[in-house]
Amino acid sequence: MNPWARAVRATLGRAYPRLVGSNRDRAWLFYDTALPLLGSVALVYVYRSLGAPDHLVAYAIMGGAAMAFWMNVLWSMAAQFYWDKMAGNLELYMVVPCGLVPILLGMSLGGAVATLLRAALIVAAGSLLFGVSLPVRHLGLFLAVFAVALVALYGLGVTFAGAFLLWGREAWHTANLFMEPVFLLSGFYFPVRALGFWTAAAASLIPLTLALDALRQLMFGPMHPAFLPVQVELGLLVGLAAAFALTARAVLRRMEYLARREGRLSLRF
Amino acid sequence: MTPDEFAVEIHDLVRVYRAPRALRTDARPVVALDHLTLSVCRGEFFGLLGPNGAGKTTLIKVLTTLLLPTSGTARVAGWDVARDPQRVRERISVVSGGETSGYGLLTVREQLWMFSQFYGIPTPAALARIDRLLRVVGLYEERNRRISQLSTGMRQKMNVVRALLPDPEVLFLDEPTVGLDVEAARDIRAHIRSWVQEKPGRTVVLTTHLMHEAEELCDRVAIIHRGRIVACDTPSALRHKAAGGTFFVLTTDPWDGHRSLEVSPGVLRSDVRPLTDGRVEVRLQLDEDATLLRVLQELALRGIRIHALRKVEPSLEDAFVRIVGRRMEEADAEVTP
Repeated sequence: MNPWARAVRATLGRAYPRLVGSNRDRAWLFYDTALPLLGSVALVYVYRSLGAPDHLVAYAIMGGAAMAFWMNVLWSMAAQFYWDKMAGNLELYMVVPCGLVPILLGMSLGGAVATLLRAALIVAAGSLLFGVSLPVRHLGLFLAVFAVALVALYGLGVTFAGAFLLWGREAWHTANLFMEPVFLLSGFYFPVRALGFWTAAAASLIPLTLALDALRQLMFGPMHPAFLPVQVELGLLVGLAAAFALTARAVLRRMEYLARREGRLSLRF
Repeated sequence: MTPDEFAVEIHDLVRVYRAPRALRTDARPVVALDHLTLSVCRGEFFGLLGPNGAGKTTLIKVLTTLLLPTSGTARVAGWDVARDPQRVRERISVVSGGETSGYGLLTVREQLWMFSQFYGIPTPAALARIDRLLRVVGLYEERNRRISQLSTGMRQKMNVVRALLPDPEVLFLDEPTVGLDVEAARDIRAHIRSWVQEKPGRTVVLTTHLMHEAEELCDRVAIIHRGRIVACDTPSALRHKAAGGTFFVLTTDPWDGHRSLEVSPGVLRSDVRPLTDGRVEVRLQLDEDATLLRVLQELALRGIRIHALRKVEPSLEDAFVRIVGRRMEEADAEVTP
């Protein structure tokens, strides 16, 4: 068996439940679309009451879409192995010959596609509700930033998946810890430059920070107070994607080694 | 016998559990496997019989590459589990009792297809294999049902199909019928047995604490107790090892003085099991047939009515009692708080 062909099949196999799940359990329409949108709506009313320009309303709507991705990364990637361990899936994943990487890639692929649909719905609903247009300039660059940001973001999700299992006794609490602070630091609802250069630079470890700033530049041009030039942010995102891919691999190897040495998958302490 | 003829080779295997550093207390390390040496031939149906906490599941986890040995070596299908886990994983499958794996939103067929992809089986071949195996285990009609809607027995049959999909060289079954009703357990045993017989060279390593399951399925049985193999032979040879005397089963009215029989001359052991009709079954191990007469006289003196009496062959349980020194339930109770 060619290991590459097996890895591709395994990736698509694991992506399948994520894709088919969206169609079978439609609770996501409320939890993953309406709830993030509600968070944005509050900000929209604040901006409107202050007489802020329309592009700030668009910021809030984009923040809702970013939140859908971040929640997917935290709850369906980072915490997923923890749930899989509790359900007994992780042991089976450990003994299949494809290894853990294609399984996590499949989770990422399925999660990214399903979340893309959620994010698109949030943006469409927000735009319709508040009559805001989201123009895209330089479509090619926009798509490149978006694609690289997704790779980096899900690379971080894979790293978290291993790390949560290694160090997080309660994935629920660990994931909660990364919710509101990230909403703030990544500038979900405002330009990240407002936090100051060094805070924004530190927050750039989260791919959404650079991605949102670059995408906003490509949508609103000079109206957006940019943190860094788009090309620089794209380059940094490529670097983050590579770094997270390597870190994820190392964390997974470490996790598997510790699991086998200390029985962490077998003993549920 | 050459090494290639062994599906499993274990030499001086030790596995010690230590609490993680963060949780470390005064608790002593637990020696789950204690210098264990064992070989299983290719094509063999091999049983590991032992009470809870004996080390059976730990051994399966080591052999399926989920745990590293603390010391010693273990080879499966010719590959070292510590050094070549990938090679081992390409050749094995595992099913555990009470397994609740999978995603409830998927149908039986989808769930099995997903797992077939982890082994790299092309989709047309995978689906054909899935349908064939589902027919064999009688789950074909349920193929489009979500797995969250399956009964425990159906779910375990699906798990068995999942394990058979890659056509493993060595199949590990860890208490596969635990928690199942009699009929489902019997079906699963029958399917596994026919799978083994289908193609020479297929090997099964089964852990169980059910004597009849080991006796019914296994070519050889190892009795494992406190991390050590205390006996290993064919079920028949193990039974005869226990044949120190002669065995009788009596059906009587309920009474609670059976232990007093053991102080009677010639009575080596007596066990009482309640029957569903309110009576009890007394299993006696006597030094010779003539002792039975004395036992019957003693029971008659106590006014205990005997409904049935038969002479029986020693069972695997008798062998277990003789080797371990107590019944399986008693050994289980030792580790159950």
